[in-house]
Amino acid sequence: MHNLTLAQQLQALAAGEFSSVELTQHYIKRIESHQESLNAFVTFTPERALEAAQKADQVSADKPLLNGIPIALKDIFCTQGVKTSSGSKMLDNFIAPYDATVVTKLQQAGAVSLGKTNMDEFAMGSSSESSYYGDVKNPWDLSRVPGGSSGGSAAAVAARLASASMGTDTGGSIRQPAAFCGITGLKPTYGRVSRYGMIAYASSLDQAGPFGVSALDCAYLLQAIAGHDAKDSTSVDQAVDDYTGSINDDIRGLRIGLPEEFFEEGLDADIRAKIDAACDQLRELGCVIKPVSLPNAKLAIAAYYVIAPAECSSNLSRFDGVRFGYRCEDPVDLADLYSRSRSEAFGPEVKRRIMVGAYALSAGYYDAYYLRAQKIRRLISEDYQKAFAEVDVVLSPTTPTTAFKTNEKVDDPITMYLSDIYTIGVNLAGLPGISIPVGFSQKLPVGMQMVSTYFAEETLLRIAHQFQQHTDWHLQTPAEFE
Amino acid sequence: MALTTAEILNIAKLARLHVEESELADYQQDLSAILGFVEQMEQVNVDGVEPMAHPQDMAQSLREDVVTESDQRDHFQSIAPATANGLYLVPKVLE
Repeated sequence: MHNLTLAQQLQALAAGEFSSVELTQHYIKRIESHQESLNAFVTFTPERALEAAQKADQVSADKPLLNGIPIALKDIFCTQGVKTSSGSKMLDNFIAPYDATVVTKLQQAGAVSLGKTNMDEFAMGSSSESSYYGDVKNPWDLSRVPGGSSGGSAAAVAARLASASMGTDTGGSIRQPAAFCGITGLKPTYGRVSRYGMIAYASSLDQAGPFGVSALDCAYLLQAIAGHDAKDSTSVDQAVDDYTGSINDDIRGLRIGLPEEFFEEGLDADIRAKIDAACDQLRELGCVIKPVSLPNAKLAIAAYYVIAPAECSSNLSRFDGVRFGYRCEDPVDLADLYSRSRSEAFGPEVKRRIMVGAYALSAGYYDAYYLRAQKIRRLISEDYQKAFAEVDVVLSPTTPTTAFKTNEKVDDPITMYLSDIYTIGVNLAGLPGISIPVGFSQKLPVGMQMVSTYFAEETLLRIAHQFQQHTDWHLQTPAEFE
Repeated sequence: MALTTAEILNIAKLARLHVEESELADYQQDLSAILGFVEQMEQVNVDGVEPMAHPQDMAQSLREDVVTESDQRDHFQSIAPATANGLYLVPKVLE
């Protein structure tokens, strides 16, 4: 059952080939056998899953979109009555008192949650090594990272421990782990999906999105979660496209731009070859490939590591040991309560980013750091807009290398940051982006990223789907998880 | 860009974080490296560029000023570290 895509499982469920309870039980067994080796989950909720599956099986008419489909949620989405840790000791005792809008919408769509997946602490990381609950392993090679920060959600789909999963992407945290794990991952336009109940890291960059085996599977999830939410004032009130319905529409004549800056030094030669081959395939499908330029893209990481820490230093000030979360023992005064609760419960990378942000926003430094970063953000965004005057989609590798070794970059924050070089500008501009598998390099998956203009997720999914109709990279599964 | 230990302690204070003496050197090295890295922002001329705070150039949406939430104090305080009589408890601020 786990070798079927979500779309195929929906058909099988509808045809009565198996029930949601059977499918859910099957994944529960798989999670039980693989949790120790992968550490993909922080909280596993089999009883709740079976209860939801039973309910789904009882629906006879007007079945909702994802009825009976077992999924996994990044532990950054608040789930009422279930621990929501964001990968941090700070929230190890936090039972969310309400559901995130994404969670509510998936429930309404009939999806069955198997549990909460592991992640970099507060989504700050590119390897899923900074979690309080231990690091996540890559199903393709257990000595390597799955990428991050949504590494648990990506590993769960790659190892076929869930039909699909949900992640969040602030600088590449869906696309980069999708690439490292050989699956499809979509970061929607900023504002397309509600952020209500999603634990905030950098609020002008954070966006929720799906992981699936295929682009069609991601289209199903996006269909369920997209739309305006009065509870998130930055969610955009714009009609939601019919992603699944238009996915077979013609892609001939679509113009695809290759940013020359993304094919320069630092890119692995084998990855380059896989992207070239994928471009040949897209040409065969009738797309037109041409060069474009993103001259300021090289400054994206620098601008991001001012803006994201600045926003996180503000967002994470809510963790004060007073209303929820961790509180230190026997504080002597209020200042001690704040500083010791925070220092004892935040991990090193979170503390680093809070401090960088506090510094960048402090008196005398604001103009040189935060304001300058915001201006560069504008330049990066304008580069993309200029490119979209000439092409429909900007295409590049998702990452400059394949999955790196566990512990390889953990002591060197900046080297870790550089693994997001191709993804991070997309968040600064607020654009949608997708990563799909396009081959293997030394047995490790290679991901290709496509980016479109605002709210054109439909175009990305359409190209990705039709590429996947002519290739089978997305259907490969790691040997130990067949 | 090299931060002094005094600067590290000041940043920690601003961020309400406690830094141990033994951690100072690591923070000094890491934060200096990160700030040094972001200095490459100086490579580009940004004169006259409008700062971009947010991806969507849209007005803040407003709603009617009506009650939308019910009182859930007990529910929300059930996860608080320390409460009494509906209040959150903190160490004494005034003697």
